[in-house]
Amino acid sequence: MDFFHQLIQQLINGVSLGSIYALIALGYTMIYGIIKLINFAHGDIYMVGAYLGFFCVTYLYMPIVPALLISMAITGCLGMVVEKLAYKPLRHAPRISILITAIGVSFFLEYTGMYFVTPTPRTFPDVIGNVSYNVAGFIINGQQVLIFAITIVLMALLTYIVQKTKLGKAMRAASFDTETAQLMGIDSDRVISMTFFIGSSLAAAAGVLVGVYYNTIDPLMGIMPGLKAFVAAVLGGIGILPGAVVGGIILGVIEALVAGFLSSTFRDAAAFAILILVLLVKPSGLFGKNTNEKV
Amino acid sequence: MNSVRKRDLTMLIFGLVVYAAIQGMISGGVIGSFWQLNIILICVNVIMSVSLNLINGYTGQFSLGHAGFMAVGAYVGVVATVNFHLPLIVALLLGALCAGTLGFLIGLPTLRLRGDYLAIATLGLGEIIRIVIMNIEYVGGAAGFKGIPHLTNFTWVFFVMLFTLFFVKNFVNSSHGRACISIRENEIAAEAMGVNTTKYKVMAFTIGAAFAGIAGGLFAHQFYLISPNSFTFLSSFNYLIMVVLGGMGSITGSIAGAFVVTFISAALASFPEARMIIYALALILLMFYRPQGLFGYMEVTNFAPIKKVLDKISGTKEN
Repeated sequence: MDFFHQLIQQLINGVSLGSIYALIALGYTMIYGIIKLINFAHGDIYMVGAYLGFFCVTYLYMPIVPALLISMAITGCLGMVVEKLAYKPLRHAPRISILITAIGVSFFLEYTGMYFVTPTPRTFPDVIGNVSYNVAGFIINGQQVLIFAITIVLMALLTYIVQKTKLGKAMRAASFDTETAQLMGIDSDRVISMTFFIGSSLAAAAGVLVGVYYNTIDPLMGIMPGLKAFVAAVLGGIGILPGAVVGGIILGVIEALVAGFLSSTFRDAAAFAILILVLLVKPSGLFGKNTNEKV
Repeated sequence: MNSVRKRDLTMLIFGLVVYAAIQGMISGGVIGSFWQLNIILICVNVIMSVSLNLINGYTGQFSLGHAGFMAVGAYVGVVATVNFHLPLIVALLLGALCAGTLGFLIGLPTLRLRGDYLAIATLGLGEIIRIVIMNIEYVGGAAGFKGIPHLTNFTWVFFVMLFTLFFVKNFVNSSHGRACISIRENEIAAEAMGVNTTKYKVMAFTIGAAFAGIAGGLFAHQFYLISPNSFTFLSSFNYLIMVVLGGMGSITGSIAGAFVVTFISAALASFPEARMIIYALALILLMFYRPQGLFGYMEVTNFAPIKKVLDKISGTKEN
């Protein structure tokens, strides 16, 4: 019974951590789906989002939701700027060049950030208070409720944008086949730009939520979650939106279980072990279809 | 063939002259201990970047886990010298053997992946190696391995580096190396021409890993303490920067890259953020304006004036 109790408690923690991974992974998978780039800088965009949220709450005394929205808007624009300046000139370059550029952008954001906000971790103010709910003996705290609520709202919004709006249709078309989409009159540069905006703002939301959840942020906080969110995206099948969500949640749960029952030092190893297993067994991911490479 | 050997001999003599000059300056007290350490680091980094270049540049397999193999070599090396009292050369060879074996075992399944998937998988593997080491109490866990004798000196690193350079150069110019280059140029075409792509990819990966292991052993015996934190993926990125900066597919480029990056790191040691921002901008601008790196596929021996001198010394003419 005790084991069972602990298991459920770890599952709750895992799902809340997983929702954050899912939010970051959505951006990864959208960007990969449309320009086939592992955006290494995505984790650092999430870091910028967390800092913007932190500044809004600490210095402008905003409540958490407006802070979240402002952070999402500014970070979304940052994502567009990064794409315009760093990736767009290399649209037709070899993929390795773009990958290296992405690593460069990632370093640039990390260390420029460090230059301005100093490497010392900041304490994210307590916006929820010490609320916790006792549901049938299991403890869910206020932060977790906030994470669930915001994640669900954002995912619903994203589904609406992708499935029902003209922009979403254009995004789906461009990720299916960019050239053909262009021939059909879709302005693919604009679609790519918008994808970066949406993906980056989701990452910013995840950043603010992590600040609320763990109470601490630092300029290098984006590296690990960024990589893990990529693992989540690959696990679900890269380029597939529901896949990123499911992958993120599975990853979060596995990590919570490993940290809870084995040792927290193996958390990061678990994520990468999953990645390698997925790539070896089913590289297209849980939801992906197998495609053969043609010459 | 004869002229090639003569040219090798010329390069070897050139290397010996460089060695004598630097060793003379160290013995004469011209080079202080700070730059002495940096010269040793440059040599270790040259071994790392040349071996990574064999994987990334010549074979075109984008690996981001090179520091993991360095960690294996470093830890095996220090266990051999400290716990088993073996001489340094045996420790280095053991480190190379273990890192190479690990590279082989890891390479066999992961090299089926391509491009960015391989990049992220090797990054993950490098991290897994580090985390596993961190959890082995026998080698000090997260606190690191203390009390390593200072066995590395300039002579050691320089001659091991020279050996690495000749080994990689000869490998690349052999039929195996040509097969690796053909995989980089077009994997499907190489396979269609009968190149056993898996074999050559794994071969390049194993050799690269083994040399990273040697570099790790040399690195570890330079310091009193090594810890798993010296081998994070950030240091893998550091070696990648050296390779990319110098040119993917150029040994001269890797040497230049290792030299420049180590030099900048030493010069800006007190401004770590500024250093990283410079690296970042350098990487981005390099990809914009010169994606092939400083040297591209060129070697210093291919530049016309140097080639002329070399031909004159070896007393032969090409063709």
